[in-house]
Amino acid sequence: MLTVRVIPCLDIQGGRVVKGVQFEGLRDAGDPLELAERYDRAGADELCFLDIRASDQQRSILLELLAKVASRLFIPFTVGGGIRSIEDVRAVLMAGADKVSIGSAAVADPQLVARAANQFGSQCVVVSLDVRRTPEGYRLTSHGGRQTTDRDALEFASQVAQLGAGELLVNDMDADGTRAGFGHDLNLAIAQRVQIPVIASGGAGQLQHFAEAVTLGGATAVLAASVLHDGTFTVRDVKQAMRDRGLAVRL
Amino acid sequence: MIAIVDYGAGNIASVHRALTHLGADARITAEPAEVLRASRVVFPGQGHFGQAVERLRHSGLDDALRQTLQRGVPFLGICLGLQLLFEGSDEAPAAAGLGLLPGRCVRFAAELRVPQVGWNSVQALRVGTALDARPQGEHYYFVHSYHAVAAQPSDVLATADYGGPFTAAVARDQLLAVQFHPEKSGQAGLDLLQAWLSQK
Repeated sequence: MLTVRVIPCLDIQGGRVVKGVQFEGLRDAGDPLELAERYDRAGADELCFLDIRASDQQRSILLELLAKVASRLFIPFTVGGGIRSIEDVRAVLMAGADKVSIGSAAVADPQLVARAANQFGSQCVVVSLDVRRTPEGYRLTSHGGRQTTDRDALEFASQVAQLGAGELLVNDMDADGTRAGFGHDLNLAIAQRVQIPVIASGGAGQLQHFAEAVTLGGATAVLAASVLHDGTFTVRDVKQAMRDRGLAVRL
Repeated sequence: MIAIVDYGAGNIASVHRALTHLGADARITAEPAEVLRASRVVFPGQGHFGQAVERLRHSGLDDALRQTLQRGVPFLGICLGLQLLFEGSDEAPAAAGLGLLPGRCVRFAAELRVPQVGWNSVQALRVGTALDARPQGEHYYFVHSYHAVAAQPSDVLATADYGGPFTAAVARDQLLAVQFHPEKSGQAGLDLLQAWLSQK
């Protein structure tokens, strides 16, 4: 059976993890490599690195970091944040990332998804959607969720899936940080529109929420940050809770 | 020396990193002559079946791979490297695969999410290969839209389940090929690679 993936997401800035991670016995809570290895041992199925303030000068630091991670970590990892061009995609993949997550650049130019998929294969192209609910429906947002656009999120999901995206990462900006649960309506609406895997992100606060993202939201994977980093749950807790609900996990 | 065959398909550096991590003397090469000199050959790859067939033929790597297998050099195919061993694929119906194993590759059923992405549990159908390094039902990391349907049932070494059983690994003599990515399957994948490296 294919198992549900649990994907911790680390925010990176200048080659360091920001927003501290609370693992017992960590030597350096800001070292991405040490954290990545800890999460690997803790049973994470993949990792995601989000470069939260991607600037040109920090880009080379990020690429060096990716090369180090890739030489020591043998599970898949995705890099997002500041992927604006096919050259950015190439640089990150060459440095050792398995996938790139393309966000605002795909909204501005959906053909970037097609170019990346044609050149490097759909399997390494994740499109990240930041979505809010409006009276008109689900809308894409930009600038980290602060600005709502008039782009319909469901149509965009269909469009990028057709252009060759391998997976969709759905960030529910209304649910993000609330710990009230994933937005199942949104995830399900997207999962029903596309035939590619959907990763749910934003809103997890209780263990049951993770299984519900799959059973109610139609997601095939869950991405989480703070509830894992602050030690509220371990990856194992999350997986055990999913297994208790009858879902297949790698434990 | 272990040759990792480079025909421009996907991120094969990760295979090199994993083998190097295990202490192996592995080299990425696009030279047929170097493939023929190698004591072991790894045939990785991701991407499009048709483009891969074209590149293999242009570079002459297709003949080198055939000779390698005929001579009984230990051989490990990974992902697209498994699919290319077969006669063809629905991904590129006009393109002829290497045809070293009878059968074809087909797409997963329309109602499934494709690509299959993630860790799936693998059931070995027999013992005596590097798969023995880990317990039955071990999880490995898969990313693929097509899977091989072997015409010779004895070629199938292991299956996994995605809307029904599909070929997760094939083996015949010195040939082993896996649909999943051992280089991205954590300790389980490293153990498999180590076992393959230690096999005579």
